[in-house]
Amino acid sequence: MKEIVVLSGKGGTGKTVLLASFASLARNAVIADCDVDAPNLHLVLAPEVKESGRFSSQKVAVIDGRNCNSCMECVSACRFDALTTIGNGSLKKVAVDTDACEGCGVCMRVCPSKAIRLAEQDNGEWFVSRTRFGPMVHALLAPGGENSGKLVALVRQKAKVIANQSGAEMVLVDGPPGLSCPAISAAAGADLLVLVAEPTASGLSDFRRIADLCAHMKAKSALVVNRWDINPRVTEEIERAASMRGIPRFGRVPYDERVPLSMAAARTVTEEDGCPANVAIVNIWEKVTSYKYM
Amino acid sequence: MVRIAVASGKGGTGKTLVATNLAAVAKNAMLVDLDVEEPNCHLFFTVSGESSEVVYRKVPAIDKDKCTLCGNCAKVCEFGAIVSLPRNIMIFDELCHGCGACSRFCPEDAVEERDHAMGEIIQANAEGLRGLVYGRLRIGEAAASTLIRRVKKRIPSDGLSVIDCPPGTACPAVESVRGSDICVLVTEPTPFGFHDLKLALAVTKKLRVPRVVLLNKVGLPGPDVEAFCDSNDIPIVGRIGHERTIAETYSEGRLLCSSDGHARLFRSVLSRILEEAGRP
Repeated sequence: MKEIVVLSGKGGTGKTVLLASFASLARNAVIADCDVDAPNLHLVLAPEVKESGRFSSQKVAVIDGRNCNSCMECVSACRFDALTTIGNGSLKKVAVDTDACEGCGVCMRVCPSKAIRLAEQDNGEWFVSRTRFGPMVHALLAPGGENSGKLVALVRQKAKVIANQSGAEMVLVDGPPGLSCPAISAAAGADLLVLVAEPTASGLSDFRRIADLCAHMKAKSALVVNRWDINPRVTEEIERAASMRGIPRFGRVPYDERVPLSMAAARTVTEEDGCPANVAIVNIWEKVTSYKYM
Repeated sequence: MVRIAVASGKGGTGKTLVATNLAAVAKNAMLVDLDVEEPNCHLFFTVSGESSEVVYRKVPAIDKDKCTLCGNCAKVCEFGAIVSLPRNIMIFDELCHGCGACSRFCPEDAVEERDHAMGEIIQANAEGLRGLVYGRLRIGEAAASTLIRRVKKRIPSDGLSVIDCPPGTACPAVESVRGSDICVLVTEPTPFGFHDLKLALAVTKKLRVPRVVLLNKVGLPGPDVEAFCDSNDIPIVGRIGHERTIAETYSEGRLLCSSDGHARLFRSVLSRILEEAGRP
């Protein structure tokens, strides 16, 4: 079983368009949406939810006002400025800013009156669903949720378990943008990362950084340039940057007005007959399936 | 002082396009790029006099002479960054949040804290701006929010600041929008853009930051975002068409407002935003 993750660094380069097409072309795959804070794959694949559960990994400090004697030990110990005081004099109370709190528990441990505890906070939801292309695991992080990397890991893990149980050959993962915790969590240990870049000044800079992340993580990756004809010069520059890093090129997808039309109709590009982007993506998929996996 | 945050939910809707052009037409604005994972605003300006400051976070270091392998440091670490083995204490820097619990609660005073570079803050002069400041996260670092908080300390306490935020609705996006006077949600009228706009609205609501919408790529097929905004009393501060020439100009790293028509557009967007920010 091989795990293939579509990543980009920059947002909006076409990760979901490409992954949805891969899902339609794969014969026996489990699909996973690891963009847990702004998931979109379900809008194309229209999953029918079979199973779901809550995700609560984030802990926050909770103060029991009856035991708190406002000694302020916790306020000075907190490194995240998550504890503030409200009121004055004898009415002075300590309050927790739950957005700033990282759940480290230092306040709980320094409190002489044992007035603080850590409580789990509901942080999102996960789903196992059925789609027209096979099983799909997806999730939704609560607004402003922390630990998105952990939810990403949970989605990947569930997809792998389903793949092993059903004898699927592949897990296809739609990754999050960026380079920090959710992207690292989506990329760690995958068999191949398909990097989608767009030929813009921003896209070139972002590609270099995600390619450096791949090297840092010692991950195998390949390049796809989307909407390549928007700027052929920058496309070539991105491809050179890939070659210099030993990243193979899997192909170019042309600017094609039928791509947004297909997304608006909740169809994959591969379900649109004979459009130029479709042809390009089918060729890229052949590279993915014939890639010599380690 | 006015702080305008430019955010979106979905990536690639045009946050950087809007932030750079708004800052450019504002004259004397501070442009703050908080997309520390993939900072791009500086690519659109001629910059000079760059200065950079390395940002560190604290990670533990064990003094082996003092350590008795009692394992208390591992026990108090809520992030699993310390593992206590029979003959050794292992530390995973990438999981550490720098809370200081391990050193504070070590009975032998054997845990010191050392500096771990997590990125840098770059400040520069940029033509047509009061200045430009941005963060750049070191490759492989997980905690973007920590660096974002540090870059935010450079936002001046007077004048106008335009803040380019990272995509998404998780902690880095929230930290970037927090404390702004108004948030401009750049959206595209596609099913993806509309879906993520609704997620981003949950963030501005949670933070109680006033929000307005700027519609980009108008003409793309999808749901009626205008009707949604109207029925939810969300002001639309401007519209940018879905034109290939705009994508091409952007791709070259050029500002749209170098053309008169687009300069007028962004000036009108800016005055609408300031008007909305001034409402009680």
